[in-house]
Amino acid sequence: MSEGAPDRMRERVEAVYRSDSRRVLATLIRLLGDFDLAEEALHDAFTAAAERWPRDGALANPRAWLVSAGRFRAIDRMRRRARFDASLAELATRLDGEAGDAMEWESEEVEDDRLRLIFTCCHPALPPDAQVALTLREVCGLTTEEIAHAFLTAAPTAAQRIVRAKAKIRDARIPYEVPSRAELPGRLDTVLHVVYLVFNEGYSASSGASLTRHDLSGEAIRLGRLLVELLPEPEALGLLALMLLQESRRAARSSPTGELVLLGDQDRSLWNRERIAEGLALVERALGSRRFGPYTLQAAIAAVHAEASNAAATDWAQIVGLYDILARADPSPVIELNRAAAVAMRDGAAAGLELIDAILARGDLEDYHLAHSARADLCRRLGRTAEARASYERALRLTRQEPERRFLERRLRELSD
Amino acid sequence: MKYLCLIYEDERDLHALSESEWNGVVGECLAANDEFRRSGHVLASEALQSVHTATTVRVRNGRLAATDGPFAETKEQLGGFYLIEARDLNDAIQVAARIPSARRGCVEVRPVRELRQDEPGAGRR
Repeated sequence: MSEGAPDRMRERVEAVYRSDSRRVLATLIRLLGDFDLAEEALHDAFTAAAERWPRDGALANPRAWLVSAGRFRAIDRMRRRARFDASLAELATRLDGEAGDAMEWESEEVEDDRLRLIFTCCHPALPPDAQVALTLREVCGLTTEEIAHAFLTAAPTAAQRIVRAKAKIRDARIPYEVPSRAELPGRLDTVLHVVYLVFNEGYSASSGASLTRHDLSGEAIRLGRLLVELLPEPEALGLLALMLLQESRRAARSSPTGELVLLGDQDRSLWNRERIAEGLALVERALGSRRFGPYTLQAAIAAVHAEASNAAATDWAQIVGLYDILARADPSPVIELNRAAAVAMRDGAAAGLELIDAILARGDLEDYHLAHSARADLCRRLGRTAEARASYERALRLTRQEPERRFLERRLRELSD
Repeated sequence: MKYLCLIYEDERDLHALSESEWNGVVGECLAANDEFRRSGHVLASEALQSVHTATTVRVRNGRLAATDGPFAETKEQLGGFYLIEARDLNDAIQVAARIPSARRGCVEVRPVRELRQDEPGAGRR
């Protein structure tokens, strides 16, 4: 072996860790039937790789080597612990016996392991915050500290969520499987919801000084791509498209000083054309399936914006039409509010204001800052300054986000001039 | 693995049913019970009398105290149960979803814990 080869192999171990550790973990969980055992085994396998690969040289299939090493060491650990717990001895023997058949590498089984992992982490029997934390931990490989930081919680809180979720998976026996065709639509909804929660947390941090937390949006898009690769259902395509189209505007949605810039005022030359092109193609694929749902429709609305060369060229009639379909597919006051804002652009501010006032009169969205800032904006355009001021102030009291506060304060100052 | 499916419903809704509606509900429950027995899921199942018939028993300092009703007032009351044998939680959820009361009230699915004296603490490890 030439000089420098061990160094190269060490780099190779690190590269394989980055590219394949989650796949290896997913397979180890299936083989060992336990998240904690599998994580220990993963760690052991990479420790062994760091020792052996520089010495033994290149490998044909590093992933297979790692799964096999991890499984071997897990069985070894169980045998040692069996001195204290007899049930582990049985388990070790059973796992040892299952060797050959479970170890076929490029089989569908192994490909499905990552989907099994996603569906297990996003099982509806787990609380939503635990689904998010577990998915980021196990599927994305984030550390507990990174997850806690991203969601502005204390590390022990995030750790506890993950520990409790794993305990429930084990004790209530949540199976490690991809749901059947019949269960798939409902179960996929939960997975997509988790991915979108992660994305939104990164895209519009619900509180705190920074408008966006880039890492989470990036993780969500990676998760979205993985889902599309493993399970190209129309709504998975739609969600990925929606995330890419929203993400394409990232550079334009805040000014260099960190101020919020609304869609209509954004410098569209800053929009990421590559993401838009990818998003548009995905929207078309999803719409073409004729089995699309709310994510695809929201992506289609984002696509109409993306296709307009400037704000004035926006096809508002088409956007209102898409909101009409969306409101039927997934009725919610927030969608009604967005539809009202689109109607205001198509038919004038007065028409939009009438709709928003009707939503607020029902008592829906009374505590939703965007409802009041949208109302304020329409009042401002209609010259109803006093009402505009009252609504901006209402919105200001309700928002916890620093850039949004500054935006609303700026609007209020402009009204006084 | 054994799971206990606890069936909760608002009794007032059941009391408000007409005779023919009530007979329909009972028929549905009996049919579901037959189906679960045929599929081999059910180990035991019973419907319970109204929560008004319930007595709560406590023993404190060696003294027995029996009081009326359940320990807390809730909108939905425990109305019956199924003890089932299921492959895993997904299997148990599928059974619970076929209990007719799941469409009116709700079904809590709880894995049964095998109590063992050499196993202190809440978890298995």
